[in-house]
Amino acid sequence: MSRPEGFPKIAPVGLCGMAIRFSASLSEQANRAALAFRAGLEKAGWEGVEEVSTSLTSAFVRFDPLRLSHDGLEAQLRDMLDARDWYGADLPGGRKHFRIPCVLGTELGPQFGDAAAEAGLSEAQAREELCAARPRVLTIGFAPGQPYTGELPAHWDIPRLKELTPKVPQGALVVAIRQLIIFANDTPTGWRHIGQTAFRCFCPEADEPFALRPGDEISLRAIDAEELHAIRARDRTGLGGAEIEVIE
Amino acid sequence: MSARYLHVLEAGPSMTVQDAGRAGYLGEGLSRSGAADALALAEGAALLRQGAELATVEMAGMGGAFRPSHDMRIALSGAPMRADVDGARLTWNASHLLPAGAVLRIGAAEAGTYGYLHLGGGVATPSVLGSRAAHLAAGVGGALKVGDELPVGDETSDAVGLTLDPAPRFTGGEVRVTESMQTALFSGETLSRFESTEFTRDARANRMGVRMAFDGAPFAAEGQLAILSEVIVPGDIQMTGDGTPFVLLPECQTTGGYPRIGTVIPPDMPRVAQAGPGAALRFRFISQQEGVDALRRHRDALAALPRGVRALLRDPAQMSDLLSYQLIDGAVSAHDPDPKGDHE
Repeated sequence: MSRPEGFPKIAPVGLCGMAIRFSASLSEQANRAALAFRAGLEKAGWEGVEEVSTSLTSAFVRFDPLRLSHDGLEAQLRDMLDARDWYGADLPGGRKHFRIPCVLGTELGPQFGDAAAEAGLSEAQAREELCAARPRVLTIGFAPGQPYTGELPAHWDIPRLKELTPKVPQGALVVAIRQLIIFANDTPTGWRHIGQTAFRCFCPEADEPFALRPGDEISLRAIDAEELHAIRARDRTGLGGAEIEVIE
Repeated sequence: MSARYLHVLEAGPSMTVQDAGRAGYLGEGLSRSGAADALALAEGAALLRQGAELATVEMAGMGGAFRPSHDMRIALSGAPMRADVDGARLTWNASHLLPAGAVLRIGAAEAGTYGYLHLGGGVATPSVLGSRAAHLAAGVGGALKVGDELPVGDETSDAVGLTLDPAPRFTGGEVRVTESMQTALFSGETLSRFESTEFTRDARANRMGVRMAFDGAPFAAEGQLAILSEVIVPGDIQMTGDGTPFVLLPECQTTGGYPRIGTVIPPDMPRVAQAGPGAALRFRFISQQEGVDALRRHRDALAALPRGVRALLRDPAQMSDLLSYQLIDGAVSAHDPDPKGDHE
């Protein structure tokens, strides 16, 4: 069964928002459902709806309750939920694959060895697995353009640290709970800092300020610190030397 | 006509350009930003008889010193701060003419947190993704600094010498909250203790959020660490790992895994953002319908602001100073002068 018991659920988010939740835990189907439902909301273009977005397994509607009542919106959402099997939805179209140069380990990824050990791997095995993986962007959020990608194989289900690392830099690669994140900004985190990229998730001045979209895939190309430095020196786009191909 | 600028001669630690913010990028992880006190934007616009979409200077806790390249209309709103032009005191919550070359000084907030300096024609810095609002956390724009020359837009009005009575919001008070996605994770006992607790704004506060200090046990949800990251909106009251509430403001993150006990309704957000150090706040849950009714009254009040503006009558003792700067030379166009109401 791909549809978890009791879901989908509609829940208020403040006075001017409603979340449509497809699961209480991350799954491929619930993530696809959220993305497809958001696309459906965009297409529907309901009067009074001001913005739509997704998180890992939920879609979100921001609306003006003076133009569209809570009851009215909830009824429209229920009708749309009943119209099809959202858990069986396809991924969004126009997806891309970003192959992103990354220094894994060293002082630029100081918790790499620790993370590999948590996953039950040697550093060489961990490096090989991470470079072979092609995790998908499950959602963009928390900070501008910041991707939550997954899922890695089950042995990467390593917990977040209780003690926060006070600051990891912009472009840092971090891992926890079968997901990889490239950080948009310098940030404190409980995720393990395992690598460093020159990738900028958000370039306000660029034609396309947000490079990644949910559904895109990323992979890592292992480089050394010298190459990272060279990429930074010549990068004018903020893509950090990433090679981009269209998937479909 | 040469370009109009406002020169920044001195800058408080956190002065930024703000407008209503850039909506529509939640799905890209970019929160809206915009003025921490949206009501102050509308008040400034009413005092200058111009649109509330124009950008303004937001000053957190402390103002700065400014010199205009040309005669400029200004209005002051939000947290009252001591302001003068070349030593002549200016009334807060009012519009004035600032002569070319004069020095406007704005000091520390006397109550509340965010003061606003509005300019006739608005701040005309380049727009990024549809807004001029700085978003410090996202790296859009930055704090204003000494030596900056802020471009100012073309004038559309000549109204100055106007004042209004601001809605009270600078000294704490009651804040209305509606239920949110995770309210049910908190026990009834915790929710009632939350409503009966008096909170004060902690020093750990910025445009991302305000930490609420209080005496008593932490406010814990059930299964707090296991919550999947979900969407966050400004006004959400996030309960961090140690059971302390943070009310999220316009530069908040867009998703988060800490449980939200409830969400402050938009009309009461200025009260949270403006609460000064030590000001006491209490939260009260209301129904969704009560929230919608409050939002309707709030929108009506915003729409009525321009009608509530009246001529600023001056203390004769200050007149000579003011006359020397021709501050009362501008056209006064209040609809409804009300001498009885002229107080600060």
